[in-house]
Amino acid sequence: MTEAASTPTQNREQPVKASELDPKFKYELQKIHGSEKILKCFQCGTCTSDCPVARFSDSYRPRTLIHMAQLGLKDRVLKSDTLWLCAACFTCTDRCPQDVEVAAVIRVFRNLAAEKGCFPQVFRDQASSLLESGYAYKIPELRIKKRESQGLPPLPKGNPENVKKTLKGVKFMERIQKPQGETASEQ
Amino acid sequence: MSNKYLIFLGCAIPYRVSAYEISARKVLGKLGVELVEMPEFNCCGLPFNAVSYETMMILAAKNLALAEQLGLNILTLCPGCAGTLKKVNKILKADKAQREEINAHLKEAGLEFKGNIETKHLLQLLKEDVGVEKIKASVIKPLTNLKVAEHNGCHILRPKEYIGFDDPEDPQTLKMLIEATGATCLDYIDETECCGAPSVGVSDKVALALAKDKLSHIKQVEAQALITICPFCHIMYDTNELRIEKLFNETYGIPILHYPQLLGLAMGMCPEELAFSELRVNASNLLKQVNQGANKP
Repeated sequence: MTEAASTPTQNREQPVKASELDPKFKYELQKIHGSEKILKCFQCGTCTSDCPVARFSDSYRPRTLIHMAQLGLKDRVLKSDTLWLCAACFTCTDRCPQDVEVAAVIRVFRNLAAEKGCFPQVFRDQASSLLESGYAYKIPELRIKKRESQGLPPLPKGNPENVKKTLKGVKFMERIQKPQGETASEQ
Repeated sequence: MSNKYLIFLGCAIPYRVSAYEISARKVLGKLGVELVEMPEFNCCGLPFNAVSYETMMILAAKNLALAEQLGLNILTLCPGCAGTLKKVNKILKADKAQREEINAHLKEAGLEFKGNIETKHLLQLLKEDVGVEKIKASVIKPLTNLKVAEHNGCHILRPKEYIGFDDPEDPQTLKMLIEATGATCLDYIDETECCGAPSVGVSDKVALALAKDKLSHIKQVEAQALITICPFCHIMYDTNELRIEKLFNETYGIPILHYPQLLGLAMGMCPEELAFSELRVNASNLLKQVNQGANKP
């Protein structure tokens, strides 16, 4: 797998048309848990300069994503493949001098993208395992059997039926089963 | 303080990191920590935070509510699980509106979050409940001729607001616990940086570059092993070290040990008991060194 071909750097370099700006996007974000403080970001760049992923990626720049959101480039932000590169290490969150909770803002972008079906396949695989077994990975039978010979107690039982019941109200199954959106495809 | 904990394994450890579980159970047994198995379990929620925050909240709260029924605090081996359970516990205890909202979902499965237990990661338990003095006293074979490096990983340190038992910029707990075994813990560049594991599957290129960067810094200070306390960090280094060596034309040969494996050796346990055979990077040179140290007068 290689890094996504379509990058926000390219997205950013395309001319901005007034018609694609959503001036209300930032206010929408202010009301969502995690991105309440997005307007406090004054683009100092601490997040990007301290981001370990940004150091090795040609395209992932948290500051740029926040700037694009402040400008109202909603579609470009939510369809950006690089949203999914954040490793959630929370360095940006701990170091932001404005207390913006940058990693939480990125998480809000991801959630909004996921609502439209734009998210990498790996999450669909984990979700299907969760709904089948309660575990995020399909634990191989061999591993389960091996536990006994390793002197380990049996694994606690997952209760996927109860998981489904508790997640009904947030429409998790619907979100996961949504057809793949335009971008955020795996390379 | 009660020494009885509900052990929360998470998904990654039973999936492919059993050496961590085996060694942790052995070491905790010797230190007098009693472990009770979870009666029922589901993923802590962390992997689904990216897709749906509410899903993460509900999955975590469901586990907390199950633990509350038993009246036991949770012990996790995975910092991802610890971070998630701690965060959700703190939010729901403080915020009545969110608690009521989440409880409406839990009710569908006959559960309720009340907020009367705590979650600790192995590292925090060893520091706060067992204590470094007791750990030192349990060492019968000090690893005095070993020089190792530590990798805390992110979720045991950040965000500080929710984890808060160590300094994310200059963490000391793991170092202190390593030195309790008699080994020396070396400093190196960018010690608190991410291993790259969460980017696997989205961009392997970025993930492997991050891990390579850290391995290079660890090699620079001539560490004989890297000590981890996270199943994901361990997979990132141990499973991928050979791949990274080939990809970047480097040689590291650094064994990646789970902290309880290191402590177990110092407690006099044998490598077989501590599941050293499960490690991908060969640790036999390191074990020879340990034995030579023990034979010294």
